[in-house]
Amino acid sequence: MTTDGWLRQLWLRPAGRVGVILLVVMSLTAAIGPAFLPDPLAQPDLAQGGLRPPDQIHLLGTDYHSRDVMARVVTGARVSLAVAFGAVLLSITLGGMVGLAAGYLGSWIDAALMRLVDAALAIPRLFLLLIMVASMERIPLWLLIVAIGATGWFGTSRLVRAEVRRLRAMDFVRSAEALGATRRRILARHLLPNVLGPLTVATTLAVGDVILLEAGLSFLGLGVQPPTPSWGGMIMENKSFLVTAPWTSLAPGLAIVIAVVAVNLIGESLHQDPAPPLS
Amino acid sequence: MTMLLAVRDLRVSFPGATGPVYPVDRVSFELARGETVALVGESGSGKSLTGMALLNLVPAPGEVAPGSSVSLEGTEILKLRGEPLRRIRGARIGMVFQDPLASLNPVISVGDQIRETIQAHLPLGRREARTRAEALLAEVGLAGTPEGYQRYPHQLSGGMRQRVMLAIALAAEPDLLIADEPTSALDVTVQAQILTLLEGLRRARGLTVLLITHDLGIVAGRTDRVLVMYAGRIVEAAPTAELFAHPAHPYTAGLLGSLPRLRGPRQPLRPIPGQVPSPGDWPAGCRFHPRCAKSFAPCREEPPIVEVAGGHHMRCWLGKSGDSA
Repeated sequence: MTTDGWLRQLWLRPAGRVGVILLVVMSLTAAIGPAFLPDPLAQPDLAQGGLRPPDQIHLLGTDYHSRDVMARVVTGARVSLAVAFGAVLLSITLGGMVGLAAGYLGSWIDAALMRLVDAALAIPRLFLLLIMVASMERIPLWLLIVAIGATGWFGTSRLVRAEVRRLRAMDFVRSAEALGATRRRILARHLLPNVLGPLTVATTLAVGDVILLEAGLSFLGLGVQPPTPSWGGMIMENKSFLVTAPWTSLAPGLAIVIAVVAVNLIGESLHQDPAPPLS
Repeated sequence: MTMLLAVRDLRVSFPGATGPVYPVDRVSFELARGETVALVGESGSGKSLTGMALLNLVPAPGEVAPGSSVSLEGTEILKLRGEPLRRIRGARIGMVFQDPLASLNPVISVGDQIRETIQAHLPLGRREARTRAEALLAEVGLAGTPEGYQRYPHQLSGGMRQRVMLAIALAAEPDLLIADEPTSALDVTVQAQILTLLEGLRRARGLTVLLITHDLGIVAGRTDRVLVMYAGRIVEAAPTAELFAHPAHPYTAGLLGSLPRLRGPRQPLRPIPGQVPSPGDWPAGCRFHPRCAKSFAPCREEPPIVEVAGGHHMRCWLGKSGDSA
């Protein structure tokens, strides 16, 4: 099955189509939207005070510092989506490599890697992240991505390892061995492509997790630092006005929900038929 | 005749609850160049493991026990590791497995699977290898067209898949082809086609073939010699016609008796009572004696190998006592 076939299948399923449309619209908005919106850091009516409800000038109202909520949500999408995709890309790469190595090479390499993963999984991810980011005053975006990516591959590596072990016992891998295929070829041509199905599903579902994780970190004040907007950070900044000015936290909250639902719809659609049958 | 492959005291061990068990226990045979030999046995007789052991492919936790020898024209295969072993696999000895769908990678086109095997062994560029792959597809009776090349395993029928497997196994021009139950997963009519194809390929290329099967029906008329395996040992070895005409070992006679016959007087099928014991609890002495109608006192001791006729050997006490089996 080619990549082409994958996208086609995704598009043919209603849920997948909705997910793709939502995600594409969100990404495009994040990419070009800020150009058409007010400066997310500007404080136009600082004197009169902020927290203006939605009107024609500020479609989603303003926050306490009189900053435009819509501009901040759209700009914040850049951080949230960049962190989500960057971190997930990193963690599936790490998890995939560790899983392939452990599953294919077996013996002590497998044992060592998997005990390491067991140990890492025993510590809640948020703690691991807190240890990594709390020690720094200001966290650059790339470091946040690395930190989240580096703590997210444990489960993936287990998934890949289990799948590789199953595949390795299958006749086509044994047959390739019997016909003198090199290790590298077996890994690259026989194991990796057949692991991509479950890996893709896991990946899309992980994107939703990471969006929430980044929001959670920002909410705790450990993510992207103010005044740079991010979804989680906005909810945190505006939590005191949840009753008096609900639009300030509702807007980023809804953005998180939509983004997570979108990637989950995609993941679910892929999950239904991730790969051609093996037997 | 020059010997292509000599197997001596081949033993495969698996860890058991009370020490190692030997599903293949001191098997010895030779294959002459150009010969087609059938290795026949029931499920659990160790015939497939024997085939895998020839390429050092015994699945873990099993392993080939020390003292075993598989010599391919003087090269001791069991002592090879890494790159030298890889160069034997596929290039000198090709292998075809029972289930052609499971043996093909579902996400690679059949043409590319052939091409990759060619390139794994021969110093050819992508384009030349592809041309060869197309020629091979045509040789096994599949369209060597770009469309045929681009097809995926799930788009092919069982027989077509087995043809692809043959093309892959022959891609690097091996001297010996090990075919492990190549037709067991196929319909009877397709079986005949595949076996005829195999015979044609053997002749055209001067291949030596080791045909591993449980089906005596496909052995007659298609092979030069038969090795009958029971409980990890070869119990009888004879030229095919001789074996069918004069089966010497009671087990072989029992196998033939349990086959329906088209000619001759009508008689009920005579199944062999019981089952092949599992490797952990093989009886002492002759391993067939608990199921054997002709067993007598000496059978509790290890039976000798006796020559029944020229090139016809069996492992049984009956030959020793002068009794005609």
